[in-house]
Parts: sequence; structure tokens; C-alpha cells
Amino acid sequence: MNTVEPIIEVHGLIKRFDAIAAVDELSFAVDRGEIFGLVGPDGAGKTTTMRMLAGVMRPDGGSIVIDGVDVIADPEESKQHISYMPQRFGLYEDLTVDENIRFYADLFEISASTREERARRLLAASGMTKFRSRLAGQLSGGMKQKLGLTCALVHTPQILLLDEPTTGVDPVSRRDFWRILYGLREDGVTIIITTAYLDEAERCNRLALLHGGRALYCDTPHALKQRMPGAIVAIVSAAGRRARAAIAKLDGVRNALLVGDGVHAVVDDADLRIPQLRSALQRANVPFSEIAVSEPSIEDVFVALLENDRTPR
Amino acid sequence: MNASSAAEPQIAVDDLVKRFGQFVAVDHVSFSVGRGEIMGFLGPNGAGKSTIIRILCGLLRPSAGRALVAGIDVAADPEAVRERIGYMSQKFSLYRDLSVEENLKFFGGIYRVPRDQLPERIRFATQMAGLARREKDLVSTLAGGWQQRLALGCAVLHRPPILFLDEPTSGVEPTARRQFWDLIHTLAADGVSVLVSTHYMDEAEYCHRAALINQGRVIAIGSPEELRHTALGGELLLVEGENLGSMLAALREAPGVLDCSVFGNALHVLVGDAERSLRELPAFLAKRNLRPGRLERINPSLEDVFVQLIANDMAQRSRAA
Repeated sequence: MNTVEPIIEVHGLIKRFDAIAAVDELSFAVDRGEIFGLVGPDGAGKTTTMRMLAGVMRPDGGSIVIDGVDVIADPEESKQHISYMPQRFGLYEDLTVDENIRFYADLFEISASTREERARRLLAASGMTKFRSRLAGQLSGGMKQKLGLTCALVHTPQILLLDEPTTGVDPVSRRDFWRILYGLREDGVTIIITTAYLDEAERCNRLALLHGGRALYCDTPHALKQRMPGAIVAIVSAAGRRARAAIAKLDGVRNALLVGDGVHAVVDDADLRIPQLRSALQRANVPFSEIAVSEPSIEDVFVALLENDRTPR
Repeated sequence: MNASSAAEPQIAVDDLVKRFGQFVAVDHVSFSVGRGEIMGFLGPNGAGKSTIIRILCGLLRPSAGRALVAGIDVAADPEAVRERIGYMSQKFSLYRDLSVEENLKFFGGIYRVPRDQLPERIRFATQMAGLARREKDLVSTLAGGWQQRLALGCAVLHRPPILFLDEPTSGVEPTARRQFWDLIHTLAADGVSVLVSTHYMDEAEYCHRAALINQGRVIAIGSPEELRHTALGGELLLVEGENLGSMLAALREAPGVLDCSVFGNALHVLVGDAERSLRELPAFLAKRNLRPGRLERINPSLEDVFVQLIANDMAQRSRAA
């Protein structure tokens, strides 16, 4: 991203519910044309942050500036720039797909010809063209989400806020959904998306890993993986439990996770530890076919960073 | 642990069919699960995963074909099957206004755990779930991960040799999810056979074998390693660089490229021969004034594999139709 001026700036954002800080001095900035992920488990503060960005919930502290508009001071003005798709998007279940789109288009005063052109393009992209006259209440979860996105996009906003749009959506629909988002990015739309699927985080340009209302880290997926404390060594073995028992207590092994075809060991230094792991497995007579460094997933990074966070320093 | 080779499979499904009126929900499905094996069930919503699990639990009658669970024909004697299985659903089915111990006692009654064994089984379940000393806590006060482990404890109170888990990890945070899978591996090591459905594709990694279900059929089955290496029909490259849009369009036309899609800051390119494409693509792109920043071979994720397989299956069906 070469743009100098971020389109969204969040600084020291705070939201308390009674004594609990759901969002705890959160700061980040998003550049124009970026897909920015707020990623973390349930209760990390993702949805609360999104509601404040959308101007539907007032923060207890901090500032939000979207496209030059102070969202806290002037939420109505900021709504001209954004489209917000909450987790439960307000689809009318007793209206058809087409009728829902028409309703949202009228709300945003979109002309009939523009509406028709956009609806055709978006529905084709999401593979929903043949369901245009189906009642929204009879769509699958994935299709409902895609219809929600179509309705949210019918007024071509510059900024799109999507709160867990792919939760409970099957992998094929999830790919369709992302294909549409990438198309929007090409058109210069800025997107903030929340997700609890850590594997989905890899699809964002940049992301903030949220935990307990704070951003642990904020970077590109590639750079976040570089921050993985240590490395993952994959041991392919039909005797996974015995393999784990043989290596779990070795120096430098922080964690050992059983997977279907063996063990994933988190070690401090792969080059140093792989020979030691290998000889420990041989000493214990554990058969294994492969032992090699494996690229960490965002989930691996997240779990390792959290453990580091909890370890007193 | 290569349990699939064990002589007696704990679950044996042969040519199973389930119709609801005109709709074929399960379409000639066959597979087996060995003792101590963890079998994953993956697939889009409505693929038939839950229908198969319900048939195997003796809750639905098959329209044709046969399913043996613990050696018992589920259609002939569903009651006997239910005594030998544990079942845990997505919603955990716990009583939120009862305590941990009260829930366990309740499920102990349902599963007919003999009264004199119940205290020992409850001790086992609370320890397994990491809930020792929290027996009196109300379920509603427990975090999602604890509730999930308690639900698993309830499902294994009667020591079933076979366990069905229907999307058990929905909405649980990553650390708790890993602990949960660790428990599943512990149970499997004790000989329990586990059939688990999930829509988290990355969770297939935790299974000994996984079956991919689409529109009522098993379209692939194997260990994570086998699925990754045989099922994709090609090798995967990662391409980074400026001007991803033009790069995408160019690569779709490039020789040896089977498919190309945007992935975050990069493109994923499916090719027939990775080494050859790594050699040839830079020149191909340079001719079009495109310069990739990073171009390398990557390991496909299981999601890559599954999405590709489902697309192949759909294409095949529409040709057949």
C-alpha cells in the first residue's frame, strides 16, 4: 500500500461494559483499498469495535476518524461513507432475493437501472443468479450471507465494514465471498472484516490479532508469521502419542501438538533441535518417516504469542 | 495407530442411501472406521454429514444399504447401537441452569450408567474436562471451551467404544480447540473410535483420516497427507508482486497453469508441474511487463484441496446431467 494518508484512523479506543473493558485502548489505521482483518476468538472485542466504527455504539474513550469525518462527533455524516453489515444482517425472510435488493436500493435512493446492473453483477459473482425469485428465508446460511453482502453493496460504498460475514458459511461459499471482496478491492473499496477463523486471516492484506480488547500485533500475515516465537517441526509418524512422549520433555520444546499424521512440535530453534528430536525418537524406538520445519499457520502464531504473553517476563 | 487396518472396523458403512421424498440426502456411501481411529467428516452445509451421523446413531432409518456400528446393524437394532455410542452435538446440549455435577448425573441416568459406578465415572469425566473442584459451578458461568469439554465428558460417561461428534468445536477459541483435540486423541489412544464432523477445514489435520462429503457422496477419503498430495491434481505456487489483477489475467492464459486465484496479498496458482512452471513463468510474465516479487512452491492447505475437489465434482455432475 503506497497511500500515505490512512482512510480509517482509530486511536486509544475504549468501551466498557460495567467493570469490563471490552475494547481496551485499541489503535490501528487502515489504508485506502486495503482489506484489513480484526481477528481473534469470541470475546476479543471484534464486534464491539465494529459497532463503534459503524457509529451505532458510542465509545467511552478514544477517537475514530473515517475519511476525514469524526465518527463520534458526527455519526450521521460518517454513515454516508460506509456500509455496515452486522452479523445478523436485516434480511426480510418473507421477501424474495430481488425484493430484498430493491428494498435496500430504495433506502439508499439508487436508480432502478443502476440497481439492476449491480444486482446482476453481484449475484452472478456469488453464483446466486438462479435464486433471484426465491424467498430469503429459504436460502442456506451461505447464500443469506452473500445476499446480505449484495444488499450492503448496492450503494457502492467506499468503506465496507463486515462483522463475521463468513461464520457458519461453508468453504465453497466462503471462497465466493472472498472473490467478491477481492473484486471490490480492485475497485478501490476499503474493507474491514472481523473473523474468528484464523485461517481466514491469511486472506487479509493486514490484520490485527485481538485478544481481551487489545491488539496483540498488527501487520501483514507474512510479517506476523515471522514473529512466531520459535519454529514448528512436523514429525510424520504413525505412532503420534509415543512420538510426543519421547520429545515433549526435551530442552527447547515448548509445546507438542498431536495431529492426524504425527506431531507438531513448537521449538525455540529448528536447526539446533531437529537433530536432537531425531535422536530422541530413535532412542525411544518410535518409527517416523519425516521430520522437517513446517510453515506456521496464523493460528500457530496466535497461540504461541498468547502463551508468550502469559509467561511472566 | 494405523487403526484402519485393524481386523474389525467399529463402523462399517456399505452402499448407504437415504432419501427424503425425491431428495437423495445420502447417495451410495461406503466407508469404515477402525478401532481407535479418528475419522473426520468434512463438507459444505447440506452435504449430508449430519444425516449420515444420525443414521449411524440409530435415529434415522436408511432407505437402502447397510451400516454396522460395533458390529450391530443400525436398522435392525437401533436400541443396542445407542448403548454403545456417545453423541455430542454442536449445541453441547447441556443444562445451563444446572451445575457441572448435576449435568453429569443427568446424563449418567440417560445413558444408564450403573449407580455404583457413577461416582467413579463422574470423577473421570470432571478430571478429563479439567473441571475437578468446579463440580458445583453452574454451566452458564463456564466459558465456551469448558462447556465443550463438559459436553464431551457427558458423552463418554458410559464408556462408549464409539463416539460421534457433530461440529463440536463451533465457536470455541483456538487454545481451547487445541485442548479439545488433545482429549480426542487421548480417547482414541484408549481404543475409542471417533467420527467427527466439522466445517473448519484446517481441523482435518487433526484426524487420522478424513472423508470429504459433497451432495450426499464421499468424493475423497484419506489421511491429511494423502489428501494433500494426491487429490489436488497439480501443485501449488504462490506468486506475489505489484499489479496482481494483470498478473492474474496473464497467468490464467499461461501454459501449464490449471487455475489461478487471489489469496490475500498474493495469487495461488495451480500448475501441472511446479518445477517446470517455476522455470518458465518468470519469462512468460516478463514478456508482458510483469515482474513477480516472490514466486515459490507452497504446500496446499486442506481447504485448497477440498474446494478444488468440490469444484471437480460439481463439473463432473453437470457434465453427467
